[in-house]
Amino acid sequence: MKDLTVNTMLAVFEEIFGRGLFWAMVIVAAVITLAYLYVLIRDRNVSWGKFLLAQLSMPIGAIAAVWFVLFMTHSKLGNIGGPVDVIVLLGIAVAGAVGFAVLVYTAQSLFRPNTEES
Amino acid sequence: MKHILAKTATRRSFLTLAAGGAALAATASAQSAQAQVATKARIVIIGAGAGGTALANRLVKRLNGAEITLIDPRKEHLYQPGLTLVAAGLKPADYVLSNTTDWLPEGVTLIQEAAAAIDAEARTVSTSGGQTLGYDFLVLAPGLTLDHDAIEGFSLDLVGTNGIGALYAGPQYAAATWQAAQAFTETGGVGLFTRPATEMKCAGAPLKHAFLLEDIGRSAGTRSKMDIHYMSNNQSLFGVPIVSEKVRMLFGDRGITPDYSHVLKAMEPGKKTATFATPDGDVERDYDYIHVIPPQRAPDVIRQSGLSWADKWTDQGWVECDKATLQHLRYDTIWALGDVAGVPKGKTAASVKWQVPVVEDGIVSAIAGTAPTETYNGYTSCPMITRVGRAMLIEFDYNNNLTPSFPGIIAPLEELWISWLMKEVALKATYNAMLRGRA
Repeated sequence: MKDLTVNTMLAVFEEIFGRGLFWAMVIVAAVITLAYLYVLIRDRNVSWGKFLLAQLSMPIGAIAAVWFVLFMTHSKLGNIGGPVDVIVLLGIAVAGAVGFAVLVYTAQSLFRPNTEES
Repeated sequence: MKHILAKTATRRSFLTLAAGGAALAATASAQSAQAQVATKARIVIIGAGAGGTALANRLVKRLNGAEITLIDPRKEHLYQPGLTLVAAGLKPADYVLSNTTDWLPEGVTLIQEAAAAIDAEARTVSTSGGQTLGYDFLVLAPGLTLDHDAIEGFSLDLVGTNGIGALYAGPQYAAATWQAAQAFTETGGVGLFTRPATEMKCAGAPLKHAFLLEDIGRSAGTRSKMDIHYMSNNQSLFGVPIVSEKVRMLFGDRGITPDYSHVLKAMEPGKKTATFATPDGDVERDYDYIHVIPPQRAPDVIRQSGLSWADKWTDQGWVECDKATLQHLRYDTIWALGDVAGVPKGKTAASVKWQVPVVEDGIVSAIAGTAPTETYNGYTSCPMITRVGRAMLIEFDYNNNLTPSFPGIIAPLEELWISWLMKEVALKATYNAMLRGRA
């Protein structure tokens, strides 16, 4: 890779997904993150009931993310060939798990704010 | 109070981040604005493929007022690194197709004719339509010619029938190659994977094709019926010795037989036999599937204009240029870029990516009257696919040194999923970003 700068990386991601879809995904991710921060600040504490459901949903996010990447790239788990592959695979799983947990938590807080048990 | 503090802190960090981002963006745009050189220079680029297009996009950003003209008769732009994937049934033919005009910047002229003659003394280029263009700077980026006629008995209309594949010839031929190749992976028999004795674009592609079909047969449970032979043009399997050894070991593991110093010269499609030139004379071999890669040469316009090396590659005609600056050795207003360049390595898109900034720097420096600083070290990258889902990210230079981009993280001689991901997902995106002059 020559000149692996932020601009190059943005250009590559724009090309992978198309400029519109890429920035739409960035905006969706940013909106969910901001909504998550908003409900945390609004509620002034973490709702452990919602957090539990968010945690329980993490494996679904992890599996979905890994399946999506394997499907999109004609790959299978048997293609894992070295330590860096395991790290990348775990990274994808963790990203999917955390992303989905944040989504689940935020959605509960936004749409079921009155089921607070604490 | 705590909450207020926390809120303030959060807001402050957000603001700092935003300010940092804005400053970064401002620096980037300031850099590109600073670099513009005012000129009335006439720059002619022969070829609007990977090299010509990427260079045009970069030159319009660096030069203000230059008259940039590209000459290329082909309406379609081909993403050639994708052809191996098409020929293995992993991508459709249109995966590699786009329009030449999709990638060209505003403010350049495209003449959709072939370059017919170059007069380097008078500094003119004539086109097939009878136009004559004067130039101050000329870039030779026409790609190369596949000399299919050099294989006696072969013609392109045979591709896809009678067990004949030829993926280099273009997207429709790569797709037809998969028809013949798929039949081979289903019914088995003898498969011969050839390569020419000339310089060639992406010397990894014939290896990838053999590896991929072997893997597809293995997954389909038909591998035991397939007898796979790799017909090497000399005593090695790849130009870089350490890679050649690795491939030899992989071939051993996978049951692919290397037949060294076997160069395809003729075939009889009806009888399914092929004739190879070997050090011990011609050898005839039967096949059920054969992958043909013909000899490769510089286009006639280059060879007939006296711009080729006189003492090297005389049967191929690559442009005589300095291997570090890519500037022509006899005409200092001419540069070679991409496949046509007479340099020891680098007929790949990755090489083009490294060569374009060198040619750009050479031309802009010549206009500005400064000394150029960029040089090309022969860098080439080959994501050597060894299975569907695995590849080796091999990068090397003129000296056959491995030059890994991610040392200690992505091992060049290890079959990895991440290297496959790069080829499958990131490579075309990087290529497209390169075409736009952004990578």
